[in-house]
Amino acid sequence: MNSSYSRNATPVVQLRGLRRAFGTRAVLHDISLDIAPGEFLAVVGQSGCGKTTLLRALGGLDAGFDGQLDVRGSVAFGFQDARLLPWVSVWENVVFGIEGTRAERQQRALQALAAVGLTEHAQAWPRTLSGGEAQRAALARSLVRSPALLLLDEPFGALDALTRLRMHALLHQLWGDQGFAVVLVTHDVEEAVLLADRIAVLDRGRIADLYPVQGDRPRARNDRNFEAARSRALRGLGVQDIARTVEAYEETPT
Amino acid sequence: MTARGDMDGSVLMTKLASDGSAEPFPVAVQHPVENIQIGLPSWAERWQSVALAASAWAPVRIGRAARRSLVVAILLVLWQAASWFGLLNAQTLASPAEVWAAGVQLLQSGELLPSIWVSLRRVVEGLLIGVSIGSVLGLIAGLSRVGEEIIDAPLQMLRALPFLGLLPLLIVWLGIGEGIKVGLVAIGVVFPIYLNLSKGIRAVDHRYAELARTCGVGRRGLLRWIILPGALPAFLVGLRFSLGIAWLSLVVSESINAQAGIGYLIQQGQQFLQTDVIVLGLVIYALLGLFMEGFVRLIEWRALRWRVEFTSA
Repeated sequence: MNSSYSRNATPVVQLRGLRRAFGTRAVLHDISLDIAPGEFLAVVGQSGCGKTTLLRALGGLDAGFDGQLDVRGSVAFGFQDARLLPWVSVWENVVFGIEGTRAERQQRALQALAAVGLTEHAQAWPRTLSGGEAQRAALARSLVRSPALLLLDEPFGALDALTRLRMHALLHQLWGDQGFAVVLVTHDVEEAVLLADRIAVLDRGRIADLYPVQGDRPRARNDRNFEAARSRALRGLGVQDIARTVEAYEETPT
Repeated sequence: MTARGDMDGSVLMTKLASDGSAEPFPVAVQHPVENIQIGLPSWAERWQSVALAASAWAPVRIGRAARRSLVVAILLVLWQAASWFGLLNAQTLASPAEVWAAGVQLLQSGELLPSIWVSLRRVVEGLLIGVSIGSVLGLIAGLSRVGEEIIDAPLQMLRALPFLGLLPLLIVWLGIGEGIKVGLVAIGVVFPIYLNLSKGIRAVDHRYAELARTCGVGRRGLLRWIILPGALPAFLVGLRFSLGIAWLSLVVSESINAQAGIGYLIQQGQQFLQTDVIVLGLVIYALLGLFMEGFVRLIEWRALRWRVEFTSA
């Protein structure tokens, strides 16, 4: 009962046989993937596995790939660095690239900033924001475009642990309210399990595993489904799970 | 050029805050209530409160600006004293009082203000021409690879030439009238503007261009919102450099054959051995230079508030 999206609807993203090589080095091999409207897909993998390359292709930042890519609706892109323009105020960053009169733009910016709880920093310079605040402003910049698809490239990777938890909750809530599809690229398996409907494990340019995360939302870390999804991702990444080792230790008779 | 990730910013902020709280004074002020309860303060604390009181009441506790101008005032007094006691005669170097008197006299005779106006106008005209040419060249070289290949090599060659050395050639081309005075300023100014603007544009973080693409911003928007604001700090550095060069060029060109202006005043002073008028001319050059520098600083302060407020926060 975790499906907040419909698999039968026309996919937001249809990807067939995507390949990408830089020179002679192939980074992505034959990736095929459908993403349903409103679906939350997490892509996990080790550094250099092609996660970011895949995301850049989806976001139209990279035209040098082979294969068929079909994206329906508007796309918003969130970077690991919040990437706010330092020379304009926070609210002007939020509506960067959006047409309209100053009053209209300001109003839209304030709405989006209210959604991420950053209204009081609307007039501030970006450099006065903390890392978490900057990422919230970047999220507002994505929301203001009412995207059908939100692409996030390790957006919480540079944040401290507590801020990251708050950002998880915020993203989860905004995703639930606004119904856009998300592709979240991350190396944090727990983050993926916590947020995603499906997890794609990317290994050396191939989708090594693609599976749905079972269980109710919001997810509980001590849930059996959570543990199963987490272990499966770690297995796919070829990481030995220390939690299993401890369990085995406890079972050994003393 | 300073466009870095916001991460760096926040790290620096926290660093500043922790440095601030590490200062000894706030700690000393926090404890007086405790001291009363215990009885006498410890020696160390007493020492600290004495030091605090001393620094608060000391008569020499004046601002930085005041201290700096005090040094200047002392030097002026020494200079004046040297003239009084006959260590400096008026033929070698006029005293500050004589310079002041010469200034008042020239002001009353109606020679001073027109001279200042003529010199100021030459510099401003030369700056406008030079900054315009330098900006156009800098924009072309900064924005297009082909443009850079065409423009950069010849300009670097010219730059290697000390531009004041062009003077004889310029006299042949422009004569010794107003043309050379404005022209020499303009030529000197082109280089710092060109170099800083083109480098500034090249140094704008390409990640912002990527952001512009994901936000659906086209080429014009890229120029307006990312390239120009990103290159502005470097341009303003170039502008400050060019001010210094502009006044230097003016002094040189006005010393050739000036019929008006500060340089003309100085020449007159030289002919009649009036060191007071010569010094007055030099002081006016310096003051005008400072005034224009202040003007550019004002522009910087206004245009680069996003950086100023950050560093002072």
